[in-house]
Order: sequence, then C-alpha cells, then structure tokens
Amino acid sequence: MTKKNSKSKTEFVKPSFAKHYETTKPLSGAYAVSEAMRQIDPDVVAAYPITPQTPIVERFSQFVADGKVKTEFVPVESEHSAMSAVVGASAAGARAMTATSSVGLALMFEVVNAASGMRLPIVMPVVNRALSSPINIHCDHSDTMACRDAGWIQLYSENPQEAYEHTILAIRLAEHKDIQLPVMIAQDGFITSHAVENVSLLKDKVVRKFIGKRKPIHSLLLSKKPVTFGALELPDYFFETKRQQQYAMEMALKHYDNIAKELSELTGNNYPMFEQYRLGDAEAALIALNSSAGTIKKVVDEMRKEGKKVGLLKIRLFRPFNYSQVSTLLRKIPNIGVLDRSYSFGANPPVYSEILSALPSSKSNVFSFVYGLGGRELYESQIRETFEKLLKGKIKKGINHIGLRE
Amino acid sequence: MNLKEYAVREKNFYSGHRSCAGCGMPIVARTVLSVASDYNVVVSNATGCMEVTTTIYPESSWGVPWIHNTFENAAATISGVESAYKALKRKGKIKKPYKFIAFGGDGGTYDIGLQSLSGALERGHDFLYVCYDNEGYMNTGGQRSSATPYGASTTTSPSGRVHKGKEQWKKDLARISAAHHIPYVAQASIANWADFIKKVKKGLETEGPSVLVVLSPCILLWHLKPDQVRDVSQLAIDTCFWPLYEIVDGKYILNYDPGKRKKPIEEFMKPQGRYKHLFKPKKNKEIIKRVQDKIDADWQTLKRQADFDKQNS
Repeated sequence: MTKKNSKSKTEFVKPSFAKHYETTKPLSGAYAVSEAMRQIDPDVVAAYPITPQTPIVERFSQFVADGKVKTEFVPVESEHSAMSAVVGASAAGARAMTATSSVGLALMFEVVNAASGMRLPIVMPVVNRALSSPINIHCDHSDTMACRDAGWIQLYSENPQEAYEHTILAIRLAEHKDIQLPVMIAQDGFITSHAVENVSLLKDKVVRKFIGKRKPIHSLLLSKKPVTFGALELPDYFFETKRQQQYAMEMALKHYDNIAKELSELTGNNYPMFEQYRLGDAEAALIALNSSAGTIKKVVDEMRKEGKKVGLLKIRLFRPFNYSQVSTLLRKIPNIGVLDRSYSFGANPPVYSEILSALPSSKSNVFSFVYGLGGRELYESQIRETFEKLLKGKIKKGINHIGLRE
Repeated sequence: MNLKEYAVREKNFYSGHRSCAGCGMPIVARTVLSVASDYNVVVSNATGCMEVTTTIYPESSWGVPWIHNTFENAAATISGVESAYKALKRKGKIKKPYKFIAFGGDGGTYDIGLQSLSGALERGHDFLYVCYDNEGYMNTGGQRSSATPYGASTTTSPSGRVHKGKEQWKKDLARISAAHHIPYVAQASIANWADFIKKVKKGLETEGPSVLVVLSPCILLWHLKPDQVRDVSQLAIDTCFWPLYEIVDGKYILNYDPGKRKKPIEEFMKPQGRYKHLFKPKKNKEIIKRVQDKIDADWQTLKRQADFDKQNS
C-alpha cells in the first residue's frame, strides 16, 4: 500500500479512542501477539518454535535482533525448558513470557503446573493445535483444554485483534497483587494465527502505562531476605497452599471486570467474560470460543434477517469460569447448542460440561456438538443447519458431531 | 583457603535437614555454599534427596535465594534466573553482582535432566552446575541410573541367578559436559576438601558455564556405615575409579596421580554391600577383572590426554 492510497492510520478505531492508537495494519494473529510482546518488552522470553506458534517466536527474535526490545531472549532446546526458564526468570522477579502450541504445551505440562503452584505471573500466548496422535498441525482445542485444571487463567480470542488485546490484558491480570497467577491466551492455529486481518495497535507508551512495572511480592533477586521457592510440602501444609490457588482464581473472577474496564477505556473495545451476540430474545443459541464465534456471528446476522431468533454466547474467560453469570445469561433460552473443539474422551466435552454445571435446574435444552478436530473446517452452512435443528429442538442427547463422516 | 579457615566460614547451609547420617550430599552442599559465601548467589535445585531433605515446609536449610522447579530442569531454571539477572541489571533494577549455582543428583543430571543441562551449557549461561553423584536413584529408594557403575546391584539392576548387578558402564558426565566446549569441567570428591574447594572457586570465577561432578556416596545404596563414607571416597580416588581432574578450555589437567600406590578396584568394591554378590558366596573374578580392565584403560587414556595437553600447552 502506498502512502497516497493508504487510509488514515487509525480510521478503523472509534474516533474518541484514536488518540490511544498508533496504527492499523494487516497482521496475522501470531504477528499481532508478537507486537503485543514487543510493547510489553518483557525482561525474559524463553521459547521454542512449534507450528503454528513459530511466527510469534520468530518475529519476536527479530525485535530482539533489531534492538526494539530490551528483553533477554533464551532460545531453549525444548518447550519443557522454555517453561522451566520462565519459571526461573519469573521467580527471580522478572516479567517473563513464552509461547507455544499443542504437543509443546503437553511437553511443558509438568512445569505449567509448577508455575501456577509457585504463583508466578507468567503470560503465555498459546496457538491452539491438535494433540498427537495422529500427528496433526491444525487447529483444535485439545491442547489448552487439557490444561484447564492446571491453575492458569485462560482467555480465548476470536481474532488477531482480540489476541493482541488479551495479551496486554493478561499482564495486568497475572500480576494483580490478589491474583498472582499465570495466564494463557488462546487463539486458533492457522485460522487466526496465520490469517491476516487489520489489527489496530495501541501506542507503545499507552500499553506501557497500562501494564506498569511488575512488583513481585517475593523474588529470588529483588527480595531483601533469601527466599526458598518450590519447597517440599507434606500432608500438613500442601492442602492449604492449594486452597490459596483456588482463592486466587476466585480473586481473578472478582477483579477481572475492573481490569478489563481499564483496558476498555483505552481501546474502546469491551472484554466481557461472556460476550452476548443477539442473545437477548434468542430461541436458539450456540456457545463457542475462539474463531468459530466470528463465523457464527455472520450466520446469526443472516438468520436474524430471515426473522429467526438465533444468537451466540462467546466465552472469553474460560478459567476461572463464572457459572452464575453464564446461568443468568442463558436461563431464558429454550435450546442451547454447545460447540466443543475437543473431546474429554469418555465424558462430556469440556465446554459442554461447564454449561451443564451452570444450568443444573434450567428448563433449557442443552445439546453437545463436537466439531473441527484437527483443523476440520466449520462451514457457515453447517452452523445454519445446527441452528435450524436447535430451533426445532430435535436433537439427540449425548454428543453430536458437526462435519464428521460416520 | 585452608581447612582451618574453611571451618569457621559462613556456610549458608544450615543443620536440621533430614538427610541420612553419613550422607555425602550435605557435605557437597555445605562445601559449595561455603566457597560461594564470598558472593551473592542464587541456587536452583533438581528434585532429589538434596531438595526433599532440606526444604520441608515451613523450614529451609538454605541461607541463600533458592528455587526448586521440577526434577529434570535445574539447569533450564537457573538459565532463566541468570537471564532475569542480566535483564534486570541492564534495566538498572539490580545493582549487586550475582553468581548462579544449580545442584542435581545423578538422576537429575546424567539421566532425566541431561537435555536441560546440555541446552543450558550450549547457550553459555554463566553458572556452575554441581552434580552430587551417588550413582543411583536414591530419592525413590535405590534404583539404577546411568551413573551406576558396572556390577553394582540396585533394586532395578539386582543381582540374581542370571544377572549379577548392572551390566552397563557408567556414563561419563565430565566428558559429555566438556564436549559442549564450555570453559571449565572437573571431577571432585568429598574425600579431598582442598581440591574440591579449589574447584568450586574456579567454577564460580569462570565466566560461562562450568560443571563439577562430585562423587557422593550414599549409605543406603552403597550399604556403608556412616563412618565409612570418607574412606570409601578416598578408595574411589586411589583405585582410579574416580580420578580427580579438570578440563579447562578443553585441556585435561590431572589433579592427583596415585602412581605406584594405585590400588586394585577390589579394595573399593569390597566394603560396599552393592558389590557383595561379587564376593560371596564365591568371588566373581570375571566381572571384577572386566571392571579392573576398564578402569585401567580409562586411566591410561586420561593420563595420556593430560600428558599430551601439558606438553602442548
């Protein structure tokens, strides 16, 4: 794009917020996240490439090489060491980040739990990809869903813009004095990570002012007295420590809206835990997270034009999970379809399971749909078909599938 | 530093830990931290006897900042701490100089943590890695590791009617470390404090990664009485089972040559219950000879290498 033909740099953002923005430019989800990381300028980034996360670490390495960040970059030999090194760095008092996907997340799983157990506010973008076996590099949510009980806050992103903003939001959530928990920010592999969309970037100084400086409560390098991290706890203390982690998640739920509101005041965008899309009077609703929410919105708009009362509930904050809020939002909707891009083999799929828990005595019919594993496309026609079925209420109990040959 | 000076130094490693009487590991920790008390240090510790016996919440034996992350990642963890230090120093958030030490047993170093160590060595972080090598998985009760020597009986390489203890050679961690082209690698022993102290100091003063492998007898695995630990450590040196040497910038330096007083390996084996099956009910000459031949060959190789490097330095 030549300068002459280019649109005004910030015309894509709401005019009253334009002053907070630097530019709008075409970026993939992966590059959008690397821009957020550049603006955050973490003290330490340790990362290992894995498809489809690779462009994040590549582009960030270039920022390091070009002196655009002051970060100490640690090019580790595995994801296990990536998480190990950021745990060391975060415990030392630094602001530390990494990024991964799929089996990379699975490899670091042991240390993912150590990070939350030590209450280290590490922020990690995760590009969703199927877990082996069979090996598959494409999108589904089996990787982050397998980590839903690992003590990390989880934010899911519909598009590159959200992935960018969530990464910035995550720093504040993680480092809040009452929370002190790690955060993973999910986006769909290839669909979001490699698809280029216009992304509006805040000014560097706006981001830096919003995130502030990390003030660790205890650390290896900044505390006056020596601190022991990762001690052995026997049955006499372990339970209480874990209870505190649960309490921290409760605090995350308590403080989330306030922190999100602060970011909204800069970006002009909102970050509700659950986004309602034409849901108020809906007779049939779908529930989804990540990029499928965008596709569903388009179908909702088309069907609404035809007078069909359909809507969407998009989940942004999956951990911690606000059961009472989701219950309030869904209570009056007769037919609800829950989309899961992963199984919980032999049990209810993860998102469906949460929605059932939130609606124990509801009159709503709640149906489960598993779709899109290993990058299987989700077409608008399939969403429409699913809505039609929901409107009729004629769906079998148990797990239904979309786009599966059987 | 002589031993009198050493005796009165701040150790930063305190009593009250739960290791067994006679264990070599606390001697390693205390010696390293005593030398390190000249500096500000941060310690990372792999899961293992050292970690579980010294930090039973709410107590800690460590008078320095200390972190245990998981089993196989002491080196990766300290590389993160060291990187944080560099970044915070560059940003003016920290003024004091620091040294970084990682401790791991042979399980956490030779085996499950080898990749993490290799990565950290290759990346060139400025830290000292100390492996206390007790030649088995002792935190789980005495299984074989790749550091368990040939012929030793453990719970997963037991002596029975068909097999007579471990049938593989001990991995050579010092040479594996040196193959990363790092500036300083050494083998040390708790039986020679002066040599050990000197090597800790060198490791800490060296810019870049250094690796110190210390033979650290375990009374449970080796079946020793607490008062035998030092003597058996000495026999390891005198039989050339555990030669004391350094590899400085790739050059081998022999620190101790018993010469004609080099003892047969039997003398090292005999006091140890893990080799009992090689002596009773009757002596297994074949296995003992196989071990002796290997030790002799390795010792000649080491001497030749050290002589060559001495002549060519």
